[in-house]
Amino acid sequence: MRFLSEFRDPSLANAWVRRIEAHLSGLQAPLPIMEFCGGHTHAIFRYGLHQILPSAIEWVHGPGCPVCVLPRAAIDLACTLAQDPAVILASFGDAVRVPGSSGSLLSAKAQGGDVRIVYSPLDALEIARRHPEREVVFLAIGFETTQPATALTILQAEREGIANFSVLCRHVITEAAIRAVLADPDVRLAGVIAPGHVATVLGANAFAFIPKEYRIPTVVSGFEPLDLLQALCLLLGQLAAGRCALDNQYRRSVRPQGNLAAQKAIAQVFEPIGSAEWRGLGRLPASGVRIKERYGRFDAERRFGVTAQTVEEEPLPCSQVLCGKLKPKACPYFGTRCHPEQPLGALMVSSEGACAAWYRYQGE
Amino acid sequence: MCLGVPGKIVAITDPERQLGAVDIGGVRREVNLSCVLEEGERLQDLIGEWVVVHVGVALSRIDQEAALWLDALPE
Repeated sequence: MRFLSEFRDPSLANAWVRRIEAHLSGLQAPLPIMEFCGGHTHAIFRYGLHQILPSAIEWVHGPGCPVCVLPRAAIDLACTLAQDPAVILASFGDAVRVPGSSGSLLSAKAQGGDVRIVYSPLDALEIARRHPEREVVFLAIGFETTQPATALTILQAEREGIANFSVLCRHVITEAAIRAVLADPDVRLAGVIAPGHVATVLGANAFAFIPKEYRIPTVVSGFEPLDLLQALCLLLGQLAAGRCALDNQYRRSVRPQGNLAAQKAIAQVFEPIGSAEWRGLGRLPASGVRIKERYGRFDAERRFGVTAQTVEEEPLPCSQVLCGKLKPKACPYFGTRCHPEQPLGALMVSSEGACAAWYRYQGE
Repeated sequence: MCLGVPGKIVAITDPERQLGAVDIGGVRREVNLSCVLEEGERLQDLIGEWVVVHVGVALSRIDQEAALWLDALPE
Protein backbone atom coordinates (compact mmCIF):
# COMPACT_ATOMS: atom_id res chain seq x y z
CA MET A 1 0.00 0.00 0.00
CA ARG A 2 1.38 3.39 -0.94
CA PHE A 3 2.90 5.62 1.74
CA LEU A 4 2.76 2.74 4.18
CA SER A 5 4.49 -0.45 3.06
CA GLU A 6 7.52 1.46 1.70
CA PHE A 7 8.15 2.63 5.24
CA ARG A 8 8.21 -0.95 6.54
CA ASP A 9 11.04 -2.28 4.36
CA PRO A 10 13.23 -4.56 6.53
CA SER A 11 16.50 -4.06 4.63
CA LEU A 12 16.16 -0.28 4.73
CA ALA A 13 15.29 -0.54 8.42
CA ASN A 14 18.47 -2.50 9.05
CA ALA A 15 20.50 0.13 7.22
CA TRP A 16 19.03 2.78 9.51
CA VAL A 17 19.82 0.71 12.59
CA ARG A 18 23.46 0.56 11.43
CA ARG A 19 23.53 4.35 11.08
CA ILE A 20 22.08 4.65 14.56
CA GLU A 21 24.81 2.33 15.87
CA ALA A 22 27.46 4.49 14.19
CA HIS A 23 26.07 7.61 15.88
CA LEU A 24 26.07 5.89 19.25
CA SER A 25 29.82 5.28 19.34
CA GLY A 26 30.51 8.84 20.47
CA LEU A 27 27.61 9.10 22.92
CA GLN A 28 27.29 8.11 26.53
CA ALA A 29 24.74 5.39 27.28
CA PRO A 30 22.02 5.02 28.32
CA LEU A 31 20.04 7.46 26.22
CA PRO A 32 16.49 7.78 27.52
CA ILE A 33 14.26 8.87 24.63
CA MET A 34 10.63 9.70 25.29
CA GLU A 35 8.03 9.04 22.65
CA PHE A 36 5.08 11.04 23.89
CA CYS A 37 2.45 9.62 21.57
CA GLY A 38 0.74 6.28 22.18
CA GLY A 39 0.77 5.69 18.43
CA HIS A 40 4.57 5.72 18.56
CA THR A 41 4.57 3.41 21.60
CA HIS A 42 2.40 0.96 19.72
CA ALA A 43 4.60 1.14 16.59
CA ILE A 44 7.81 0.58 18.58
CA PHE A 45 6.43 -2.65 20.05
CA ARG A 46 4.49 -3.78 17.00
CA TYR A 47 7.54 -3.62 14.74
CA GLY A 48 9.95 -4.79 17.43
CA LEU A 49 12.10 -1.66 17.17
CA HIS A 50 13.04 -1.98 20.84
CA GLN A 51 14.47 -5.39 20.01
CA ILE A 52 16.52 -4.46 16.96
CA LEU A 53 17.96 -1.24 18.38
CA PRO A 54 21.09 -1.11 20.56
CA SER A 55 20.33 -1.38 24.27
CA ALA A 56 21.78 2.11 24.78
CA ILE A 57 18.48 3.45 23.44
CA GLU A 58 16.04 3.40 26.32
CA TRP A 59 12.46 4.13 25.33
CA VAL A 60 10.49 6.06 27.92
CA HIS A 61 6.80 5.83 27.08
CA GLY A 62 4.97 9.10 27.56
CA PRO A 63 1.35 9.85 28.47
CA GLY A 64 0.16 10.54 24.92
CA CYS A 65 -2.73 8.11 24.80
CA PRO A 66 -6.04 9.96 25.27
CA VAL A 67 -7.81 6.77 26.31
CA CYS A 68 -5.24 6.16 29.04
CA VAL A 69 -5.54 9.64 30.53
CA LEU A 70 -9.35 9.72 30.44
CA PRO A 71 -10.43 10.23 34.07
CA ARG A 72 -12.86 7.86 35.72
CA ALA A 73 -15.25 10.76 36.35
CA ALA A 74 -15.65 11.25 32.58
CA ILE A 75 -16.50 7.56 32.10
CA ASP A 76 -18.96 7.74 35.00
CA LEU A 77 -20.69 10.71 33.39
CA ALA A 78 -20.87 8.98 30.01
CA CYS A 79 -22.32 5.87 31.72
CA THR A 80 -24.94 7.99 33.49
CA LEU A 81 -26.00 9.52 30.17
CA ALA A 82 -26.03 6.08 28.52
CA GLN A 83 -28.53 4.86 31.13
CA ASP A 84 -31.09 7.44 29.93
CA PRO A 85 -33.44 5.49 27.60
CA ALA A 86 -33.70 8.53 25.33
CA VAL A 87 -29.95 8.62 24.77
CA ILE A 88 -27.74 6.90 22.22
CA LEU A 89 -24.19 7.24 23.51
CA ALA A 90 -21.65 7.14 20.67
CA SER A 91 -17.98 6.57 21.42
CA PHE A 92 -14.71 5.60 19.79
CA GLY A 93 -14.06 1.90 20.26
CA ASP A 94 -11.01 2.38 22.50
CA ALA A 95 -12.96 4.30 25.11
CA VAL A 96 -15.76 1.80 25.78
CA ARG A 97 -13.62 -0.56 27.87
CA VAL A 98 -12.03 2.10 30.08
CA PRO A 99 -13.04 1.33 33.67
CA GLY A 100 -15.00 4.02 35.54
CA SER A 101 -15.87 3.91 39.24
CA SER A 102 -18.46 1.21 38.72
CA GLY A 103 -17.95 -0.17 35.25
CA SER A 104 -17.21 0.85 31.70
CA LEU A 105 -19.39 1.98 28.82
CA LEU A 106 -19.35 -1.64 27.69
CA SER A 107 -20.88 -2.73 30.99
CA ALA A 108 -23.41 0.11 30.68
CA LYS A 109 -24.31 -1.39 27.30
CA ALA A 110 -24.64 -4.85 28.84
CA GLN A 111 -27.09 -3.34 31.32
CA GLY A 112 -29.28 -2.07 28.50
CA GLY A 113 -27.73 1.29 27.66
CA ASP A 114 -27.65 2.12 23.96
CA VAL A 115 -23.88 2.50 23.47
CA ARG A 116 -22.61 2.54 19.92
CA ILE A 117 -19.06 2.45 18.63
CA VAL A 118 -18.26 4.92 15.87
CA TYR A 119 -15.13 5.57 13.83
CA SER A 120 -15.80 9.30 13.47
CA PRO A 121 -17.90 11.98 15.18
CA LEU A 122 -19.43 12.43 11.71
CA ASP A 123 -20.81 8.90 12.08
CA ALA A 124 -22.41 9.90 15.39
CA LEU A 125 -24.04 12.85 13.61
CA GLU A 126 -25.37 10.45 10.98
CA ILE A 127 -26.98 8.38 13.76
CA ALA A 128 -28.65 11.60 14.99
CA ARG A 129 -30.00 12.29 11.48
CA ARG A 130 -31.47 8.78 11.32
CA HIS A 131 -32.96 8.86 14.83
CA PRO A 132 -34.55 12.29 15.25
CA GLU A 133 -36.64 10.87 18.11
CA ARG A 134 -33.52 10.03 20.18
CA GLU A 135 -30.76 12.12 21.77
CA VAL A 136 -27.33 11.26 20.38
CA VAL A 137 -24.36 12.10 22.62
CA PHE A 138 -20.82 11.72 21.30
CA LEU A 139 -18.05 11.16 23.87
CA ALA A 140 -15.32 13.37 22.40
CA ILE A 141 -11.83 12.47 23.54
CA GLY A 142 -8.41 13.03 22.04
CA PHE A 143 -5.67 15.54 21.52
CA GLU A 144 -5.52 18.25 18.86
CA THR A 145 -5.44 15.60 16.13
CA THR A 146 -9.03 14.68 16.92
CA GLN A 147 -10.37 18.11 17.87
CA PRO A 148 -10.87 19.30 14.25
CA ALA A 149 -13.19 16.33 13.55
CA THR A 150 -15.36 17.14 16.59
CA ALA A 151 -15.37 20.86 15.74
CA LEU A 152 -16.32 20.24 12.10
CA THR A 153 -19.09 17.89 13.22
CA ILE A 154 -20.57 20.50 15.56
CA LEU A 155 -20.37 23.12 12.80
CA GLN A 156 -22.11 20.72 10.41
CA ALA A 157 -24.82 19.97 13.00
CA GLU A 158 -25.42 23.70 13.35
CA ARG A 159 -25.61 24.27 9.60
CA GLU A 160 -28.20 21.50 9.27
CA GLY A 161 -30.08 22.53 12.42
CA ILE A 162 -29.78 19.06 13.93
CA ALA A 163 -31.43 19.39 17.32
CA ASN A 164 -30.77 15.96 18.84
CA PHE A 165 -26.97 15.87 18.75
CA SER A 166 -24.54 16.87 21.48
CA VAL A 167 -20.97 16.26 22.58
CA LEU A 168 -19.52 15.28 25.93
CA CYS A 169 -16.26 17.16 25.48
CA ARG A 170 -13.16 15.70 27.10
CA HIS A 171 -10.60 16.85 24.56
CA VAL A 172 -7.19 17.63 26.01
CA ILE A 173 -4.15 19.69 25.09
CA THR A 174 -0.87 17.97 24.23
CA GLU A 175 1.47 20.72 25.38
CA ALA A 176 0.11 20.63 28.94
CA ALA A 177 0.89 16.93 29.35
CA ILE A 178 4.36 17.27 27.84
CA ARG A 179 5.11 20.15 30.20
CA ALA A 180 3.84 18.16 33.19
CA VAL A 181 6.19 15.29 32.37
CA LEU A 182 9.21 17.44 31.52
CA ALA A 183 8.80 19.54 34.68
CA ASP A 184 9.18 16.39 36.81
CA PRO A 185 12.75 16.36 38.16
CA ASP A 186 12.74 12.54 38.17
CA VAL A 187 12.26 12.43 34.42
CA ARG A 188 15.60 12.89 32.66
CA LEU A 189 15.59 12.61 28.89
CA ALA A 190 18.22 12.75 26.14
CA GLY A 191 15.63 13.37 23.46
CA VAL A 192 11.94 13.62 22.64
CA ILE A 193 10.09 12.10 19.69
CA ALA A 194 7.17 14.49 19.13
CA PRO A 195 3.74 13.36 17.88
CA GLY A 196 3.44 13.58 14.11
CA HIS A 197 -0.32 13.83 13.84
CA VAL A 198 -0.77 16.49 16.51
CA ALA A 199 1.96 18.33 14.59
CA THR A 200 0.04 17.78 11.34
CA VAL A 201 -2.71 19.93 12.85
CA LEU A 202 -0.73 22.39 15.01
CA GLY A 203 2.49 22.51 13.00
CA ALA A 204 5.98 21.27 13.84
CA ASN A 205 6.66 24.67 15.42
CA ALA A 206 4.17 23.85 18.19
CA PHE A 207 6.92 21.66 19.69
CA ALA A 208 9.74 24.21 19.48
CA PHE A 209 9.21 24.92 23.19
CA ILE A 210 10.77 21.57 24.12
CA PRO A 211 14.32 22.27 22.85
CA LYS A 212 13.96 25.97 23.65
CA GLU A 213 12.67 25.85 27.22
CA TYR A 214 13.65 22.38 28.40
CA ARG A 215 16.87 22.05 26.39
CA ILE A 216 15.98 18.61 25.03
CA PRO A 217 16.60 17.78 21.35
CA THR A 218 13.25 17.04 19.69
CA VAL A 219 12.19 15.43 16.41
CA VAL A 220 8.64 15.30 15.04
CA SER A 221 8.16 11.79 13.66
CA GLY A 222 5.82 9.71 11.55
CA PHE A 223 4.48 6.36 12.68
CA GLU A 224 6.03 3.74 10.42
CA PRO A 225 9.21 1.86 11.39
CA LEU A 226 11.43 3.81 8.95
CA ASP A 227 9.92 7.07 10.22
CA LEU A 228 10.85 6.27 13.81
CA LEU A 229 14.33 5.04 12.87
CA GLN A 230 14.98 8.19 10.84
CA ALA A 231 13.68 10.34 13.68
CA LEU A 232 15.98 8.54 16.09
CA CYS A 233 18.89 9.09 13.70
CA LEU A 234 18.10 12.81 13.56
CA LEU A 235 17.96 12.92 17.37
CA LEU A 236 21.29 11.15 17.77
CA GLY A 237 22.75 13.39 15.07
CA GLN A 238 21.77 16.40 17.18
CA LEU A 239 23.28 14.83 20.30
CA ALA A 240 26.50 13.91 18.48
CA ALA A 241 26.83 17.44 17.11
CA GLY A 242 25.98 19.02 20.46
CA ARG A 243 22.89 20.62 18.95
CA CYS A 244 19.57 21.11 20.68
CA ALA A 245 16.87 21.96 18.17
CA LEU A 246 13.58 20.90 16.63
CA ASP A 247 13.74 18.69 13.54
CA ASN A 248 10.84 17.46 11.46
CA GLN A 249 11.18 13.96 10.07
CA TYR A 250 7.49 13.65 9.06
CA ARG A 251 7.53 16.30 6.34
CA ARG A 252 5.23 14.39 4.02
CA SER A 253 2.40 15.32 6.41
CA VAL A 254 3.70 17.99 8.80
CA ARG A 255 4.18 21.62 7.76
CA PRO A 256 5.92 24.15 10.03
CA GLN A 257 2.63 25.99 10.67
CA GLY A 258 0.34 22.94 10.50
CA ASN A 259 -3.13 22.89 9.01
CA LEU A 260 -4.63 26.35 9.34
CA ALA A 261 -8.17 25.30 8.38
CA ALA A 262 -8.15 22.64 11.10
CA GLN A 263 -6.80 25.14 13.64
CA LYS A 264 -9.52 27.59 12.64
CA ALA A 265 -12.24 24.98 13.22
CA ILE A 266 -10.82 24.22 16.68
CA ALA A 267 -10.66 27.92 17.60
CA GLN A 268 -14.18 28.52 16.33
CA VAL A 269 -15.83 25.84 18.47
CA PHE A 270 -13.60 25.30 21.52
CA GLU A 271 -12.12 27.52 24.20
CA PRO A 272 -9.45 26.65 26.76
CA ILE A 273 -10.44 25.90 30.35
CA GLY A 274 -8.37 26.72 33.42
CA SER A 275 -7.46 23.14 34.20
CA ALA A 276 -8.55 19.60 33.44
CA GLU A 277 -8.33 16.25 35.18
CA TRP A 278 -5.97 13.62 33.73
CA ARG A 279 -5.95 10.03 34.85
CA GLY A 280 -2.55 9.33 36.37
CA LEU A 281 -1.33 12.92 36.11
CA GLY A 282 -3.94 14.72 38.23
CA ARG A 283 -5.23 18.22 37.47
CA LEU A 284 -3.09 20.00 34.91
CA PRO A 285 -3.28 23.72 34.17
CA ALA A 286 -4.33 24.86 30.68
CA SER A 287 -4.85 21.27 29.62
CA GLY A 288 -8.43 21.05 28.38
CA VAL A 289 -11.05 22.71 26.23
CA ARG A 290 -14.80 23.17 26.37
CA ILE A 291 -17.42 24.03 23.79
CA LYS A 292 -17.95 27.78 23.45
CA GLU A 293 -21.20 29.32 24.71
CA ARG A 294 -22.16 30.10 21.11
CA TYR A 295 -22.39 26.34 20.45
CA GLY A 296 -23.70 25.57 23.95
CA ARG A 297 -26.71 23.64 22.70
CA PHE A 298 -24.30 21.00 21.37
CA ASP A 299 -22.63 20.66 24.78
CA ALA A 300 -24.04 17.54 26.49
CA GLU A 301 -23.20 18.80 29.96
CA ARG A 302 -25.18 22.02 29.44
CA ARG A 303 -27.92 20.24 27.56
CA PHE A 304 -28.59 17.58 30.19
CA GLY A 305 -27.59 19.71 33.19
CA VAL A 306 -25.06 17.15 34.35
CA THR A 307 -21.55 17.64 35.66
CA ALA A 308 -18.78 15.19 36.44
CA GLN A 309 -18.46 14.16 40.08
CA THR A 310 -15.01 14.16 41.56
CA VAL A 311 -13.90 10.60 42.17
CA GLU A 312 -10.75 9.44 43.86
CA GLU A 313 -8.41 7.83 41.39
CA GLU A 314 -7.31 4.33 42.32
CA PRO A 315 -3.89 4.24 44.00
CA LEU A 316 -2.38 2.12 41.24
CA PRO A 317 1.20 2.46 39.97
CA CYS A 318 -0.26 3.65 36.63
CA SER A 319 0.81 7.25 37.13
CA GLN A 320 4.42 6.11 37.61
CA VAL A 321 4.23 4.15 34.36
CA LEU A 322 2.51 7.06 32.61
CA CYS A 323 5.46 9.37 33.36
CA GLY A 324 7.98 6.76 32.32
CA LYS A 325 9.28 6.26 35.87
CA LEU A 326 8.16 2.64 36.12
CA LYS A 327 8.44 0.03 33.39
CA PRO A 328 5.08 -1.70 32.83
CA LYS A 329 6.49 -5.09 33.72
CA ALA A 330 7.81 -3.79 37.04
CA CYS A 331 4.23 -3.09 38.18
CA PRO A 332 3.05 -5.73 40.68
CA TYR A 333 -0.31 -6.04 38.89
CA PHE A 334 1.10 -6.38 35.36
CA GLY A 335 -0.21 -9.53 33.72
CA THR A 336 -1.63 -10.82 36.99
CA ARG A 337 -4.58 -8.78 38.26
CA CYS A 338 -4.29 -6.37 35.35
CA HIS A 339 -4.43 -7.66 31.78
CA PRO A 340 -6.17 -6.54 28.57
CA GLU A 341 -9.24 -8.74 29.22
CA GLN A 342 -9.76 -7.25 32.68
CA PRO A 343 -7.82 -4.00 32.89
CA LEU A 344 -7.37 -2.42 36.31
CA GLY A 345 -5.86 0.71 34.86
CA ALA A 346 -6.39 2.51 31.60
CA LEU A 347 -2.86 1.84 30.31
CA MET A 348 -3.92 -1.77 29.86
CA VAL A 349 -7.07 -0.80 27.94
CA SER A 350 -5.99 0.92 24.77
CA SER A 351 -3.64 -0.87 22.38
CA GLU A 352 -1.60 2.34 22.57
CA GLY A 353 -1.24 2.16 26.33
CA ALA A 354 2.30 1.26 27.36
CA CYS A 355 1.08 -1.71 29.44
CA ALA A 356 -1.17 -3.19 26.75
CA ALA A 357 1.62 -2.84 24.18
CA TRP A 358 4.08 -4.58 26.53
CA TYR A 359 1.59 -7.30 27.25
CA ARG A 360 0.75 -7.96 23.63
CA TYR A 361 4.21 -7.75 22.11
CA GLN A 362 6.26 -9.01 25.05
CA GLY A 363 8.19 -5.86 25.93
CA GLU A 364 11.32 -7.71 26.90
CA MET B 1 -5.75 7.09 19.04
CA CYS B 2 -4.12 9.83 16.95
CA LEU B 3 -3.90 7.24 14.20
CA GLY B 4 -3.71 8.75 10.73
CA VAL B 5 -3.82 6.62 7.62
CA PRO B 6 -2.87 7.51 4.05
CA GLY B 7 -5.54 7.31 1.38
CA LYS B 8 -6.30 8.52 -2.12
CA ILE B 9 -9.28 10.73 -2.89
CA VAL B 10 -11.26 8.92 -5.59
CA ALA B 11 -14.57 10.81 -5.78
CA ILE B 12 -16.52 13.76 -4.41
CA THR B 13 -19.66 12.34 -2.84
CA ASP B 14 -21.36 15.32 -1.16
CA PRO B 15 -20.12 18.75 -2.32
CA GLU B 16 -22.40 20.60 0.09
CA ARG B 17 -20.92 18.87 3.13
CA GLN B 18 -17.45 18.79 1.50
CA LEU B 19 -17.32 15.02 1.65
CA GLY B 20 -15.41 12.74 -0.67
CA ALA B 21 -14.65 9.04 -1.01
CA VAL B 22 -11.13 8.11 0.01
CA ASP B 23 -9.57 4.76 -0.82
CA ILE B 24 -7.70 3.63 2.27
CA GLY B 25 -5.87 0.40 1.51
CA GLY B 26 -8.74 -0.82 -0.66
CA VAL B 27 -11.49 0.29 1.69
CA ARG B 28 -13.59 3.26 0.59
CA ARG B 29 -14.65 5.62 3.28
CA GLU B 30 -16.46 8.94 3.18
CA VAL B 31 -14.16 11.66 4.50
CA ASN B 32 -14.52 15.37 5.22
CA LEU B 33 -12.16 17.23 2.88
CA SER B 34 -12.66 20.81 4.09
CA CYS B 35 -9.26 21.02 5.83
CA VAL B 36 -7.22 20.07 2.75
CA LEU B 37 -9.02 22.35 0.30
CA GLU B 38 -6.82 25.32 -0.61
CA GLU B 39 -8.31 28.75 -1.16
CA GLY B 40 -9.79 29.10 -4.64
CA GLU B 41 -9.54 25.36 -5.26
CA ARG B 42 -12.53 23.28 -6.32
CA LEU B 43 -13.39 20.01 -4.56
CA GLN B 44 -13.16 18.22 -7.91
CA ASP B 45 -9.49 19.24 -8.13
CA LEU B 46 -8.76 17.08 -5.10
CA ILE B 47 -9.50 13.82 -6.89
CA GLY B 48 -6.29 11.82 -7.15
CA GLU B 49 -4.65 13.58 -4.20
CA TRP B 50 -3.20 11.54 -1.34
CA VAL B 51 -4.20 12.59 2.15
CA VAL B 52 -3.70 11.56 5.78
CA VAL B 53 -7.09 10.66 7.26
CA HIS B 54 -7.93 10.72 10.97
CA VAL B 55 -11.42 9.82 12.33
CA GLY B 56 -13.16 10.76 9.09
CA VAL B 57 -11.31 14.00 8.37
CA ALA B 58 -8.45 14.55 5.90
CA LEU B 59 -5.82 16.44 7.90
CA SER B 60 -3.03 16.90 5.37
CA ARG B 61 -2.07 16.31 1.79
CA ILE B 62 0.85 13.97 1.45
CA ASP B 63 3.90 15.73 0.04
CA GLN B 64 4.99 13.05 -2.39
CA GLU B 65 8.49 14.43 -2.72
CA ALA B 66 9.08 14.34 1.02
CA ALA B 67 7.69 10.81 1.05
CA LEU B 68 10.65 9.63 -1.02
CA TRP B 69 13.04 9.98 1.89
CA LEU B 70 13.32 6.31 2.55
CA ASP B 71 17.06 6.09 2.46
CA ALA B 72 18.15 9.63 3.28
CA LEU B 73 17.47 12.20 5.92
CA PRO B 74 15.65 15.45 5.21
CA GLU B 75 18.02 18.39 4.79
